Amino acid sequence: MSVFEPLIELMRGLGTTLKMAFEKPVTYQYPEQKREVRPRFRGRHVLKRYENGLEKCIGCSLCAAACPADAIFVEASENTDEKRFSPGERYASTYEINMLRCIYCGYCEDACPTEAIVLGDNYELSFYDRRSAIYTKEMLLEPVSSSELLTPQKVDPGKYDRRSVPEMQDPKD
Amino acid sequence: MISDWTLWLEWFLKAVAVAMSLLVGFILLTWYERRALARIQSRIGPNRAGPFGLLQPFADAIKLVFKEELTPAKADKLLFFWAPVITMVPSIIMAGVIPWGTSFTLWNGRVVTLYLADINVGVLYLMSIASIAVYGIVLAGWSSNNKYAMLGGLRSSAQMLSYELALGLSFIVAIILANSMRILDIVNEQRNMWFVVLQPVGAVIFWIATLAEVNRAPFDMPEAEQELTAGYHSEYSGMKFALFFMAEYQKMIVVCMMTATLYFGGFLGPFVDQYPLLGPVYLLIKVVLLLFVMIWVRATWPRIRYDRLMAFGWKILLPLSLVIVFITATGILLVEETGNSLYLWSIPIVSVLVGLFTVVMVYRELRRLSYERV
Repeated sequence: MSVFEPLIELMRGLGTTLKMAFEKPVTYQYPEQKREVRPRFRGRHVLKRYENGLEKCIGCSLCAAACPADAIFVEASENTDEKRFSPGERYASTYEINMLRCIYCGYCEDACPTEAIVLGDNYELSFYDRRSAIYTKEMLLEPVSSSELLTPQKVDPGKYDRRSVPEMQDPKD
Repeated sequence: MISDWTLWLEWFLKAVAVAMSLLVGFILLTWYERRALARIQSRIGPNRAGPFGLLQPFADAIKLVFKEELTPAKADKLLFFWAPVITMVPSIIMAGVIPWGTSFTLWNGRVVTLYLADINVGVLYLMSIASIAVYGIVLAGWSSNNKYAMLGGLRSSAQMLSYELALGLSFIVAIILANSMRILDIVNEQRNMWFVVLQPVGAVIFWIATLAEVNRAPFDMPEAEQELTAGYHSEYSGMKFALFFMAEYQKMIVVCMMTATLYFGGFLGPFVDQYPLLGPVYLLIKVVLLLFVMIWVRATWPRIRYDRLMAFGWKILLPLSLVIVFITATGILLVEETGNSLYLWSIPIVSVLVGLFTVVMVYRELRRLSYERV
């Protein structure tokens, strides 16, 4: 009965769409129901700390140099043992990322010698004006569990004079 | 005798009820269409504003009201203003003659009929008002002074004129079967059997023609976004656009009411004689189901090409509906001449055979064309 094939095909089309109406919707109810991001997802940046609370960032500006969108601005200052932010001589006294310029390429993450800047899994970046698109160091720094870990810290003289370079590891995921 | 002012009041209330049911129906229909389409496409659809997203149409309305209304500099200002109104009004007044039920008695013994107007040429009225709506669309396309809007308006008028022939002939089928042009008679004639059983091919032609008449998919050529940006309402925004939108959806509702009334028994259903107020309920159920079919068709079939649309209307639907009218008339004549009501069954049998024959002929023609192309 190939003559009625076109008619049957039209009806089959209707049947397919009706069948789909009884399937479970694939929609995620976004604000209530969030999806897990992939392990290598490149979201909002996070400035990491060591376990003792000192910042990993040493203010070298290599991230700013690597940034193709010129979104990062770093200003470095000297560390002292009285007011120590990070191991080594210097720390980033200003660290700003313009989230309107950032293209989330992850080059800053690659360029960082101390693995201080990491692109996290937060993708909910919204703001009402351009000024609030600039994320400052306070917003980017990893939060600490207790107030003792906050920087600047008062440390024993000479303990953190040399900057420590973490052992680089290949990603496991 | 009932005093005059109560009659006026009754008419006024019923007119408001009909108009309001269409306006509220439009609001609910936009929601219904979006939800149904979403379910067919494995989505959920609007569910944020209010319970089940029922307030979504109101949010849309507020958005449209507050949008800037733009009149193009070189547009014909007067027609540009009146075109949406001319499109909108017929879609509401068309519903005036559709019966919602028979009649019921009030507490004081007053009999209230469940229809607004019971005119003896109701079908003719429907036909004529339905074709007035095309003026609004053509005028909108022309007065916008935009070539795409113009094309959309012209397509729309050509399509409506072509499919109105098939539509009118399938109206005639119902008229012949009921032996009356009064819509109430047509409904009452379907007490034993719906006309869709007696004349299935006529019902299918009627349905296809109405889809073309209200510019619904797969015949939504006048507003083909991909080719004409938006067709006749390209230049419209704000409330004027909303009026076109309303007209389209109200026409959908009215056309479904027409189909239900002419071929699916209208307000008829079980126990409707004992409880006349069930009539509107049955009509509503039928309209909702028919509207679902419209949405379902839109979700399934792609838009057909313009030349094929015209070819289908003129070369297939028109001759087929002529033959259907002939078959129906002959069947009725046979019943009347012989007095044997079994001859009534010749109508559906012969019609379905002719319908299948048409499908075969179309298939052969299409295959011949594809051979020629190779």
